[in-house]
Amino acid sequence: MEALTRIAHASIRVAAELTPAEAKANAAAQMAGLAYGLAAIGPGIGIGMIFGKAIEAMARQPESAGMVRTTMFLGVAFTEALALIGFVAFILLKFA
Amino acid sequence: MKADDPQYVSILSMNDQGPAPEAAIVRDIIKHGSIVAPILIGLSAVFWGVNGAWSGAYGVVLVLGNFAVAAWMVSYTARISYALMMGATLFGYIFRLAVIAAAVFFVRNATWVELVPLCMTIVISHVGLLFWEMRYISLSLAFPGLKPKHVASPTVQDSTSN
Repeated sequence: MEALTRIAHASIRVAAELTPAEAKANAAAQMAGLAYGLAAIGPGIGIGMIFGKAIEAMARQPESAGMVRTTMFLGVAFTEALALIGFVAFILLKFA
Repeated sequence: MKADDPQYVSILSMNDQGPAPEAAIVRDIIKHGSIVAPILIGLSAVFWGVNGAWSGAYGVVLVLGNFAVAAWMVSYTARISYALMMGATLFGYIFRLAVIAAAVFFVRNATWVELVPLCMTIVISHVGLLFWEMRYISLSLAFPGLKPKHVASPTVQDSTSN
């Protein structure tokens, strides 16, 4: 807790020494990183759910494992697309 | 106790020694990608010039490589155990995102890189190729008789052979 307080105080000190433009750029960079992190949470949960259900299905019906894995792989790839879109939005907002 | 019961099979010890449908899916996707890539690279070249073409090509390679690594991880770990497959895929998701991020970060200041076509190519080729593949997969699953003949597809035939 004490370490967090020290970090917060150091951040405030650094922020106070920045010009408004630098502070704005700093905030934009932090928010872009935060947005990318948030964009990756949803697909992470989604992939976990897809795999959990697929493994449950394969455990119940091993003979249908091929079909389950086919649809599972496509579902995971589609879910990953959301994270990629978040990443691309981050890159474009931050660097383009 | 469950572990002493001969009928009890732990999911930790289950695995799949059958054919890997992911490999067939990725082969299809790469085949389709080789058709789509010249179009995307050409469009990038029209709007952003030579640098756009290089960026588009780099984006397509990243996407196809991402699919290939994902398929390899799933098919390799499924032969060992389903539990390992789940772990490898969840950590692999983070790993592959990090690799793509690093691959874009490292080249973002290169002279041959245009970020807009690179990012657009990554998203469009990823989603577009998946939709293209889904068309075959869903047709094959719903109507096996209508399965396109030229596709070596991971479908009902594979699933019944497991």
